[in-house]
Amino acid sequence: MFSWDLLANAVVAGLLLGGFYAAVSLGIGLVFGLLDIANIAQPAFLVLGAYMSFVLNEVWGIDPIVTGVLLTPVFYLIGAVVYRVYYGSFERRGDEGLRGLVFFFGILFILEVSLSLKFGVDYRLVQAEYIGRSIEIAGVGIAFRYLIPCVMGIAMTATLYLFLSRTFYGRAIMAVSQDQGALRLMGANPVQIKTIAFGIGIAAASLAGALLITITPVVPSTDRDYIGRMFAITVLGGMGSIGGTLAAGVILGVIESLMATFFGPSWAPAVSFGILLLVLAVRPAGLFGR
Amino acid sequence: MNRTRAVVGLGAAILVLVAAIALVPVARAANPIKIGFGMALTGGLAGNGQGALLAMQIWKDDVNKAGGLLGRPVELIYYDDQTNPSTIPGIYTKLLDVDKVDLVVSGYGTNLIAPAMPLIMERKLLFMGLFGLNNNEKYKYSRYFQISPGGPQSALSFSDAFFEAAARQNPKPKNVALVGDDAEFPQNALVGAREHVKRLGFQTVYDKTYPPNTVDYTPIARAIKATNPDVVFIASYPPGSTGMILAAQEVGLEPKLFGGGMVGLHFTSLLTKLGPKLNGIVDYGFWVPEPTMKFPGIDAFLQKYQPAAAKAGVDPLGYYLPPWAYANMQVLAKAIEATKGLDQAKLADYIHANEFDTIVGKVKFGSDGEWEKGRMILIQFQGIKGNDIEQFKHPGRQVIIYPDQYKSGNLIYPYAAARK
Repeated sequence: MFSWDLLANAVVAGLLLGGFYAAVSLGIGLVFGLLDIANIAQPAFLVLGAYMSFVLNEVWGIDPIVTGVLLTPVFYLIGAVVYRVYYGSFERRGDEGLRGLVFFFGILFILEVSLSLKFGVDYRLVQAEYIGRSIEIAGVGIAFRYLIPCVMGIAMTATLYLFLSRTFYGRAIMAVSQDQGALRLMGANPVQIKTIAFGIGIAAASLAGALLITITPVVPSTDRDYIGRMFAITVLGGMGSIGGTLAAGVILGVIESLMATFFGPSWAPAVSFGILLLVLAVRPAGLFGR
Repeated sequence: MNRTRAVVGLGAAILVLVAAIALVPVARAANPIKIGFGMALTGGLAGNGQGALLAMQIWKDDVNKAGGLLGRPVELIYYDDQTNPSTIPGIYTKLLDVDKVDLVVSGYGTNLIAPAMPLIMERKLLFMGLFGLNNNEKYKYSRYFQISPGGPQSALSFSDAFFEAAARQNPKPKNVALVGDDAEFPQNALVGAREHVKRLGFQTVYDKTYPPNTVDYTPIARAIKATNPDVVFIASYPPGSTGMILAAQEVGLEPKLFGGGMVGLHFTSLLTKLGPKLNGIVDYGFWVPEPTMKFPGIDAFLQKYQPAAAKAGVDPLGYYLPPWAYANMQVLAKAIEATKGLDQAKLADYIHANEFDTIVGKVKFGSDGEWEKGRMILIQFQGIKGNDIEQFKHPGRQVIIYPDQYKSGNLIYPYAAARK
C-alpha cells in the first residue's frame, strides 16, 4: 500500500499533530520540567479550558481559539492561587513529595467531578467554520482543525522560549530550577518567580484545552487520556527544554501518523513508547535535556 | 387500687399487642424490593449511563405510584462503576452481601456486563443485561437476558442490516473496508462484519483497529481511501465516530456506503454539533422517532424523560438507550408480578416462556437470553439542516431503511448523493 503521496500526507499529518501535542505539553514542561512540581492535575486544567471554550462557543458563538486566548489571564490567576496554596501547605514545610502529589490528585478529581456535575457527562464539541474543512497543497491534504492547533502550538513554544530566554522573569524562572539561593542574591523572590511560572503553565494548559475541543469531543474524564502523553512528551524532549517539548511532540506525532497509515493504528502507542524507552536508555535526560 | 392497676396494665398490654399485630403487615408493605446495579455515571460511557439511570428511576416512580410490586415499593440501589470493568465484581459483591438486594440487573454495555457474569453465575442469579453484545455466547447461562434487539447471534445481527443494504444495491458494491476501536464491543461487531463480508461475497481491502484514545483519524481515513473501498464499515465509540466522520470529510473519503456501527451519533450532543455533516451516514439503530416505531407507552415515557433529562443535564432526546433501560425493568416487573415472588429460577423460567409488551414493542427472549428474533434497524441521516435540536424530534431525519417491516423511507445511494 506504500506510495509517496501517502507518505507525504502521513508526515504532514504527523507534523500537525506534533504541534498540537507540543501545545498540550508545554505547561507540564514548564511546571514539571523546570519547577520540578509533579502537577498531575495539569490535564484537568486542559479539560477545564476546553469546557470554558465550549461554554462561550455555545452561548455567544465565540470561536474556541479566541476564547482560549482571552481566558489565559484568568487561568494564569487560577494557577498562581493553586501554587500559593501548594507552597503554603506543602513546599514551605518540605512536604512537597508524596503529600504534594496527593494534593494535585485531589485537584484533578475535584475538577473532574465539578465538570461532571455542572455539564453532565455528554460529549461536548464546538462549532467553528474550519472544523471538517481542509485544503490540498501539491497532493497533501491539510485539515484546518489540525493546522490551527499546530500553528498555535508553535507560536506558544516560540513565545515561551523568547520569554524564558529574553526577559528578566523568564531568566529567573530558568534560574529558580537551578539555584534558588543564587536567585535570592540577585534580588528575586523564588516563590514569586515560581508563582509566575506555575500560572503560565496553567494558562498554557487552558489554551491547549481550547485547541483540544476543536479537534475531538471532550468529556470530563478526557484528562485521563492525556496524563501519560503529556509527561511522556516532556520526558522525551528533555526536562526543562521548551524546544525539546516541541521536538518530542513532533516525533510522537509523526510516528503515530506513519504507523496509522502504513502498519495499523494499533501499533502507534507501542512504537511511540518503545522509542521513548529507547531514547531514555541512551539519553536518560531526554533528547534536549541537560 | 391494685385491681385498677391490673386492669389498666392489661388494657395497655392488649393495646400494644393489637398495635403490633396491626403494624406487622404495614412493616412488611414498607419493606421494599431492592434492585441493585452498577451504572456508568462517570467515565466514557457515562453519557448513556446517566440517561439509563434516569429511565430506571422513572420506571421505579411509575411502579411505586401504581402500588409497587407484590404490594411492596421498589427501591433502586446503585453505584457508579466509572465505566471501569474492574469495579464491577466489587460493586455486585457489595450489593449482594452488604446491601442485601433482592435482585440485580446489569449496568450499561458489554464491557461492564462481562465482569459481572462469573459472580452472577456462581450465585445462580437472574441477570437482566442492558445492551451487552455477545456476553452470554460462551457461558450459555440460562438466567441471563439482554434487552437490545440483536437477536440470537447478536454479533452477526448487529451489522446484518448494513451489509444486506449494501448487497441490495445495483450494481452491487465489491470492496469493503472494516475499521473500529480496540475495545470489546467494536471488536465483537467487527467479528460479525467479517462474517457478513464473507457470506455476501464482498472483498475486504482494509481491516484494522485503532486505540480508543486516538487523536488524529486523518491518517486512518487516508489509508482507507488509498484502498478505494465501495463500502466502509466503522465500529466505534463516540470519539472515534466523530473523529472518523470529520477525517473522512477532510481527506475526501467518500465511499458508496459509510457508517454501520458508530456509537454516539444518536446522542443529542453529537447529533446537534455534527448536524449536516451526518447527512448520508448509515448507522445501526434501536429506536428512532419514526412513525413505524410508535409502540404503546413510548410517547408517555418520553414526555416524562425529556423534561427530567433537561433538568438533570443528560441526553435531552433520549432515543438511544433510555427506552430500553425502561423496557428492561418492565420485563422484570411483569415476571415478578406473574410469578408472585422473587425466586430467581421461577423468574428466569417465566421470562424464557413468555412474550412481553414493553415501550419498545413486543419482546420475546430465546434460549441464550438474547431476543428470540433480532430487530435491529438501519437508519440513514437525511435532510439535516443546521444544528437545531427540534428537527431531530420529528420523523424524516433518521430514516429507517431496513428492515422492511419498520421501513420509513428509502436509502439515498451513494453516500455522495445524500450529502448534497
